[in-house]
Amino acid sequence: MQVNENSKEFKPLIVAFCCNWCSYAGADLAGTSRLSYPADVKIIRVPCSCRVNPMFILKAFEKGADGVIMCGCHPGDCHYTTGNYYARRRMTLLFSMLDYLGVDKERVRVEWVSAAEGQRFAMVMNDFAKKITELGENVKLGDIRCKK
Amino acid sequence: MQEITGLMVKRAKELLEAGEVQRVIGWTTGDFCYDVTPAVFTKAEDLEEGKFVYNSFCGSNLSKYLIQTLRNDINAVNTAKAMAARKGENPDDIPGPGKTLVFLKPCDTYSFNQLLTEHRIDKSLVYVIGVACRGMADIEKIKLMGASGITKVIDAGDKLEVKTIYGDKSFDKKDVLLEKCACCKGKEHKYADEVIDPEPLPEGEGKGPMDRMAGVTMLEEMTAEERYAFWNDQLSRCIKCYACRNACPACTCMKCVFDNPRSGVDSKANVTEFEEKMYHIIRAFHVAGRCTDCGECSRVCPQGIPLHLLNRKFIKDINEFYGDYQAGEAEGQRAPLVNFDAENDVEPSIVNEKGGN
Amino acid sequence: MKKIALSKLNELFAAIAKDTELHLPVNFKGETVFKKWTEGDNYAKDSLKTVKSPKDLFFPQNENISNFRKEGNKFIIDPVELPKSGIVVFGVRGCDEQSFRVLDNVFLAEPVDTFYEARRKNSVIITAACTKPSESCFCKTFGIDPTDPAGDVTTWIVDDNMFFAVKTEKGEAFLAKYADIFTEAEEDDTYRVENVKYLANQIFAKLPLADLTTEGWGGDKTDEKFDDPKWQDLSTACLGCGTCTFVCPTCQCYDIRDYNTGNQIQRSRCWDSCMYKDFTMCAHGTARPTQKERYRQRFMHKLVYYPANNDGMFSCVGCGRCVDKCPVQTNIVKVIKAFGGDKK
Repeated sequence: MQVNENSKEFKPLIVAFCCNWCSYAGADLAGTSRLSYPADVKIIRVPCSCRVNPMFILKAFEKGADGVIMCGCHPGDCHYTTGNYYARRRMTLLFSMLDYLGVDKERVRVEWVSAAEGQRFAMVMNDFAKKITELGENVKLGDIRCKK
Repeated sequence: MQEITGLMVKRAKELLEAGEVQRVIGWTTGDFCYDVTPAVFTKAEDLEEGKFVYNSFCGSNLSKYLIQTLRNDINAVNTAKAMAARKGENPDDIPGPGKTLVFLKPCDTYSFNQLLTEHRIDKSLVYVIGVACRGMADIEKIKLMGASGITKVIDAGDKLEVKTIYGDKSFDKKDVLLEKCACCKGKEHKYADEVIDPEPLPEGEGKGPMDRMAGVTMLEEMTAEERYAFWNDQLSRCIKCYACRNACPACTCMKCVFDNPRSGVDSKANVTEFEEKMYHIIRAFHVAGRCTDCGECSRVCPQGIPLHLLNRKFIKDINEFYGDYQAGEAEGQRAPLVNFDAENDVEPSIVNEKGGN
Repeated sequence: MKKIALSKLNELFAAIAKDTELHLPVNFKGETVFKKWTEGDNYAKDSLKTVKSPKDLFFPQNENISNFRKEGNKFIIDPVELPKSGIVVFGVRGCDEQSFRVLDNVFLAEPVDTFYEARRKNSVIITAACTKPSESCFCKTFGIDPTDPAGDVTTWIVDDNMFFAVKTEKGEAFLAKYADIFTEAEEDDTYRVENVKYLANQIFAKLPLADLTTEGWGGDKTDEKFDDPKWQDLSTACLGCGTCTFVCPTCQCYDIRDYNTGNQIQRSRCWDSCMYKDFTMCAHGTARPTQKERYRQRFMHKLVYYPANNDGMFSCVGCGRCVDKCPVQTNIVKVIKAFGGDKK
């Protein structure tokens, strides 16, 4: 775990890809319900979890993310009927490949959060941020040019 | 090998002379017996033995060449038609491109099926002759085993007699097989209009002596740190020549994401460790579920990076998570990544649950 | 001529490495590469050619050449320090040595490439004579004597000894620094070295490509060769990968790329390959639309355009790396032969 020079706490940078129809609305609900979740989570809205190209995940790591989480509608509830089924397969294989390359497998996660689950959204993000804080800075998968 | 080459030449000549095919994609000789180059023959007289070859070094997958050859032919016909129309002639008088004869080894036919499935080639324009293959030799392995100054290689059944300017050497063919042949999927053609096989093997025989998932399993059993070190070692040698991509019969994009300046990932050199990994993960991912494990990527890598270990990891995962699947087994299969099973698909968290290392 | 026992080589390397960076072929991660010598590395004396040529010691595959950042409304350019000069490269084969001169003609001509110059200046090249060529070697075609290569110092291995002959003043000054590690070679030794050369030359004459000649090639052949229909057939198999250009010791094309790190722009240059679709891409597209043109460009550059600009010097050195590494075995030898360069 890396702690910076001023011995401040390590602040992880977390990127969350949230689908427009469920998880992003879930995040909204968490906000309007005044539930707190870490400010380290940067949300990127995507039309559907299926829109998340594996390259997006890698790009996030390249630019210095310590953890990447993808949220979508619960399986069966996709706004486009089947998008998240494809996303589920893709992410399973991608995460398995990252693990195969020796990158910490806990740094990536998929969670299904519906528009009504503001509470769950906050809980998921708190939990993920806690995990990433425990793991510390991501040194295995990132572009050193972006670390300066 | 001598016998089968003769049969291939004879058949190709017949078809060319009868006008049933307009061109033949095969292999031609080079300066050394092992530097065999894919080539397109259009005249029967060019198809002499000695110029047309089929030997233990014809490892390259000719399916890949079909894409460009067919595209060129169709373009040529279209241009001719447009010219005719401009001159006031009837464009329908211009003959079509005709058929292309291609010689495919058993493993190449998987790629062929995959290309048909993805509509990359038009079946009606191709005549496939499946040729028997008993495993191709890896010249790199032969060189590593101490053969330098090679002047001649004689194929003697299970042995390869290598003549060099420093003396003669003999190798057991099974010791110098290409990685893809050591893990051969089988000697049965999955698509062919006709097959040339003077001595057919009994059904089911001819699989490679090695377990093709052995390498993947070995890596999976390592700790994450060891795996990380292994891949850093391997991928740090990548010179980003893109030979793996350009030789791959599954990489058929007209414009690759790594060539597209708008993709944000185009690059011509690996400036950092990350770029090495990025390229290889994404390339393997783009062919995941479509990769027939033809082994061209590892064969062509000038740096000898075991790229098949990335592709086979995806194959192994797909088999484990979604049921056994062999890309290119038959035409029209639905690839696992453009498919789903709403009820039974595993959640991505399975990667964490698998635990262990 | 000086001599040193092979067992004492590491002592010499240690002494050199104390003063300057020393690069030499070693077996590293399963292949022979030019690597900076550190304690424990052994000179791979039997290796003939490294997979990648030593050109990246002077012209690395990628290097940061400047940085920019924005402060308020101002753009600030942060120049990058020039690399250190004066490395020692040991164990260079005759072909690779000539390749440095090919690169010099390009990068040290006006306008001088300061990054290349900084690396190249004061560098000492110690060559190694070849005794066991492989079938893909054809350096003699380009006038190189692999048994007595140029360079600042040339070395031969005879039995358990390595012999050093000075070729330039720079080499003389360099050897003088380490004089106490060497012993003076005896008269006998001179004959023994000559014998090694003689035997090696006999092997070279037996190589399959020994008859290859550059006849018919040269600076004035553009019109004759450019529209030849043979290019179409030759390039059919080419996959358009960059292997040949990246393993080539004389290919010198590069591209300049900017990378946004979030805080600044890093401008770096990296090797480029004329085999790529997007090589010299400009607003209107590319000047070489099909692989035929790209393929022709590479070989015409080596055998026609370069000699036209450099007093007839070819920019192929016959190392045979492309012959070994091309995935589909389409290479410069086939081109030379297709145009009738195989009879002497």
